[in-house]
Amino acid sequence: MIPSEQLPQTDRTMTEPTAEPVKDPSIAAGHSRRTFLFKLALVVNGAVGVVLAIPIVGYLLGPALKKTSADNSWINLGPLSNFPEGETRLVSYRNPITTDWDGQTGDIPAWVRRVSGDTFQVFAINCAHLGCPVRWFAQSKLFLCPCHGGAYYADGSRASGPPERGLFEYQHKVSNGTLMISAGRMPTLANEAKNVTPLTQIETHIQGSPAGKLSAIDQPQPRCSSCQT
Amino acid sequence: MPDLKQRGLDLYNWFEARLGLGTPLIEVAEHEVPNNTASWWYVFGSAATVIFVLQVMTGVLLALVYAPTASNAWNSLQFLDHNVHLGWFLRAMHGWGSDFMVAIVLIHMVQVFLFGAYKFPRELTWIIGVFLLLLTLGMAFTGQVLRFDQDAYWGLGIGASILSRVPLIGGPLVGLMLGGPIIAGNTLSRFFALHVFVIPGILIAMVGMHVWMVLRLGINDYPMPGRLVNKKTYLADYKEMEKKTGIPFVPDAAWKDAAFAAAIMLAVIACALWFGPFGPSGQPDPTIIETAPKPDYFFLWLYAVLAYLPPALETPVLFIMPVIGIAALILLPLLSGEGEKHVSRRPAAVLIVSVIAVSLGVFTHLGTYTPWSPIMNAWSSDPIPVSYLHNRTPLEREGAIVLQNKQCRNCHSIGGEGGLRGPALDTVATHMTEDQIIRQVLQGGGNMPAYGNALNPSETTALVKFLTTLHGHDLQPAVDASRRVVSAATATPPTNKQ
Ligand code: FES
Repeated sequence: MIPSEQLPQTDRTMTEPTAEPVKDPSIAAGHSRRTFLFKLALVVNGAVGVVLAIPIVGYLLGPALKKTSADNSWINLGPLSNFPEGETRLVSYRNPITTDWDGQTGDIPAWVRRVSGDTFQVFAINCAHLGCPVRWFAQSKLFLCPCHGGAYYADGSRASGPPERGLFEYQHKVSNGTLMISAGRMPTLANEAKNVTPLTQIETHIQGSPAGKLSAIDQPQPRCSSCQT
Repeated sequence: MPDLKQRGLDLYNWFEARLGLGTPLIEVAEHEVPNNTASWWYVFGSAATVIFVLQVMTGVLLALVYAPTASNAWNSLQFLDHNVHLGWFLRAMHGWGSDFMVAIVLIHMVQVFLFGAYKFPRELTWIIGVFLLLLTLGMAFTGQVLRFDQDAYWGLGIGASILSRVPLIGGPLVGLMLGGPIIAGNTLSRFFALHVFVIPGILIAMVGMHVWMVLRLGINDYPMPGRLVNKKTYLADYKEMEKKTGIPFVPDAAWKDAAFAAAIMLAVIACALWFGPFGPSGQPDPTIIETAPKPDYFFLWLYAVLAYLPPALETPVLFIMPVIGIAALILLPLLSGEGEKHVSRRPAAVLIVSVIAVSLGVFTHLGTYTPWSPIMNAWSSDPIPVSYLHNRTPLEREGAIVLQNKQCRNCHSIGGEGGLRGPALDTVATHMTEDQIIRQVLQGGGNMPAYGNALNPSETTALVKFLTTLHGHDLQPAVDASRRVVSAATATPPTNKQ
């Protein structure tokens, strides 16, 4: 067995030798110099920390600071003939920005309503309340949300329940006989808030669109006092 | 035999001489605690710690197989459930362990609150405990996301939508949470990092501090009515109590902790064996919209609150209430650090706990059956009871078909089947006249959308005629008193006008 005398006793610690040797006073002489050097080293470390923090914070905040416009692009939803007039259909598209490992989550659904001719409305699947997937019921002409029971009329305006506004709408255009929408980012109140009162939104963003005029006619005023404009 | 024992002892001494941990640990274990702290009420903290260790172990084991990418996570859970030997059991242990951990942390907190254990000198222990609760809930939420299924996907959508309501910085916060423009691979990777590295790291450090303070400050003495906490005398009193009534923590007090921890572990194992793992529900494919996303048990109350808040109050309540709640918990020991500890002399404390417990219970219960959600397939699956079609005119029966076809059943029940969002229609005619029903159907109101655009006039007539037949068994239909006057007036032309 290993002789235990070579090691400090278990009931004593290494820093407490039995006979206290007296410290050589000359050692303390360099004290102030070493304190200074230590502080200097701390300053250098602080500087290194700041330099390191820049890329770390930038890396972390990268996705937060990106502009919506950078994510959105025009997406082709297919020929107009896919959308019979007067009907509302579910489509899905591949998000413009995806990675290989996004799998199915890169496929985003949306509701396309062809009012007539070139007049469309394209609604986000996400409920304007808290983002659950709304479902279209053609017979009762309502979008219903499974989460907290929000309901919307055929033109996307709020019918009842917790949502404080109508469904989010994608900007769209018809070109070469196909329907295109501008999408790429999950619609939420933060990035769609400016579009809240559909009256002004559609007139300013999709100028002259008959859909805008149409919904301007049958859209009731927002019924809640807190709806931002 | 004695030789073996001697060898074992030598081995221990060899390590102890170098490591030096055994002696202090034994000292800690055997330190004296006031004899009244050896109580069955005092076992929850240690049980929470034991479950935390279980979670760490099962978590590491699951991470051996789990593939933290959006395209593979769901498949890897299926693989764990079906192809890995006992993989399902480990998933079940981890899932049930998390539910038990949240429950026990909550019980521990309530117990500490009711026993006044947060008072001087244990204020900081309580404050760290508040953070431990938040971290535990954070683990529960992020863990639910890692079960990357439909519920997780839409749960992330709800989370992002809540964040998006933060004034001014809502948009960047959503980006920060999702790690990109949509809920996708980056989002899952973020939650994986949080669940596996960040939160457990902080949790371990804080559990360490929490336990250290319990050791340093002593276990809260069992409260006695009338024995008040006074900052000047408390420490001395406690020391004296320790001297007079002290018993070694191990084994005299700790045997209860050990027994309870074993019981809890057995309960987790039993639940895991009996009920199996949670989910995963459907694949995280957003294009499958036939889903009714629901959070895990401990967030159901929040789900219910979100359904009931009026739209105008929602954003303020969402952001102000948590701040107030957490601030109140943190400030509690600082504001009431002295005085009475015993629950019988603290009626306000009992009241607060009861009110919170009852509201959480009610909201959780509502969250289990979501009466506010339309039942999306009620219109095509629940028939109208035959008795409601007996002795009806063809027009009224036509109305029953309209009721069915226009999906009224999704929100209104008849004969006990259908949605609960709107009132049941079985006796609607007893409290609404025909005119009122017409108005309600066409223009909506209250929580009902207007159906003016979805019904043509003949459908409306038929529907309303059917609804007016629904007045229960022997109840009188509602009538408009003024109508009778009018019809009486038209039937018999007035001879003398008033
Ligand atoms: S998410 Fe649609 S009502 Fe709440």
